[in-house]
Amino acid sequence: MTIRLSLASLALGLLFGLLGASAKVSDKRVPRLLGGFYTSVVRGVPETVWVLMMYFGTVSAMNAIGAWFGNPQLSLSPFVAGTFALALCFGAYATEVFRGALLAIPKGQKEAGQALGMSNLRIFWRITLPQLWRVALPGLGNLYLIMLKDTALVSLITLEEIMRKAQTAANATKEPFTFYLLAALIYLFLTVFIMGALHWFERRANRGFVRTEL
Amino acid sequence: MTWAERWATIERFLPQLWDGTLVTLQLVGLAVLIGLFFAIPLGLARASRHWYVRALPYSYIFFFRGTPLLLQLFLVYYGISQFEVVRKSFLWPYLREPYRCALITMTMHTSAYIAEILRGAIQAVPPGEVEAARALGMSRRQALQYIILPRAIRIGLPAYGNEVILMLKASAVVYTITMMDIMGVIRTINSRTYQYELFFFVAGVMYLIITLVFTQLFRLVERWLKVDASRQQR
Repeated sequence: MTIRLSLASLALGLLFGLLGASAKVSDKRVPRLLGGFYTSVVRGVPETVWVLMMYFGTVSAMNAIGAWFGNPQLSLSPFVAGTFALALCFGAYATEVFRGALLAIPKGQKEAGQALGMSNLRIFWRITLPQLWRVALPGLGNLYLIMLKDTALVSLITLEEIMRKAQTAANATKEPFTFYLLAALIYLFLTVFIMGALHWFERRANRGFVRTEL
Repeated sequence: MTWAERWATIERFLPQLWDGTLVTLQLVGLAVLIGLFFAIPLGLARASRHWYVRALPYSYIFFFRGTPLLLQLFLVYYGISQFEVVRKSFLWPYLREPYRCALITMTMHTSAYIAEILRGAIQAVPPGEVEAARALGMSRRQALQYIILPRAIRIGLPAYGNEVILMLKASAVVYTITMMDIMGVIRTINSRTYQYELFFFVAGVMYLIITLVFTQLFRLVERWLKVDASRQQR
């Protein structure tokens, strides 16, 4: 469940991050302001607050939406609320990573694309995005590892992930230390696994590039 | 509910919110200061040339950076009581209290991160400067004290500022072990007023304000220590 939650948040968070970054490097004022607002507000508020707010704070809003569609009992499940909250936080940090990566791509390439008559969307899809991946990967990897640990917060809204399971087991057996340590080892194992996967991705993405040696 | 009524509700709970803020600030402040104290030997050992000196701080840092703070908190608060030895020992009255548990856990957690920052900063000190110090006849100890550490502190300070803010945000989980920090107070108010949206919003604003104040404070300290000046020389 932890893995599923973190992957879902990763996907949504990457989308938020891309949108945020494109807003922040935009040459129009309004998207730039919105992007700046998004990153500074989301990064200034604890993840715990976002998770709880998404779950408990949306009850009446969801009820109102539900009533509109004729289902007044509508509410966000812990999984959906958790995914949104984590994705929101991940997206804010990813925005900065993507922004840095976008700025690292030479402007001439975009102009070359325009000169060849490509549309803006096509330039983004064909030229910018493939390179963005390579530059942004190390930063995104770090963020993903941080987010993996933040998934433990979703146990606070009763989603049955590692943390919650460990809690249940600890209560049932009266051996809290054993089970929390076990949970810690699972997190460490996941971390090591993701670090390995990232290393592989980075090697793959950096084919044909010489690394700057100090 | 009108805005005037909302504000009246908030105002009614202002003293509690203020108390919560103090608890949060106190916890974070103590944790990052004591954490820094422990992190210095850890970071130094982590930057050592010998693998057997590096091994222990490495595993410590790996454990504390690889697991969630919430889990560590539960491990200390609920976990330790599993052992009869601890419960019978003279330490038990201290370890039973949530405040001390939260402080201990947060200190251990943050010292792992600070140690890693310190290691990065030490390794970022230009080797030429260390060699110059040694060439001038300074002992290893002197070089560390007069050249490496002052340089490393300036290099590491911005990252330390970030860590303080990260700890501030991470501290929001201590309410789970019945601490009355900002989040704890907010949860209590919520269960009395059922104004979830309003008071989570208040919590968000409070954390945001503290974050902004901290950011500005660290900017001042950086200017005072002339972090920029040391950066230009590189």
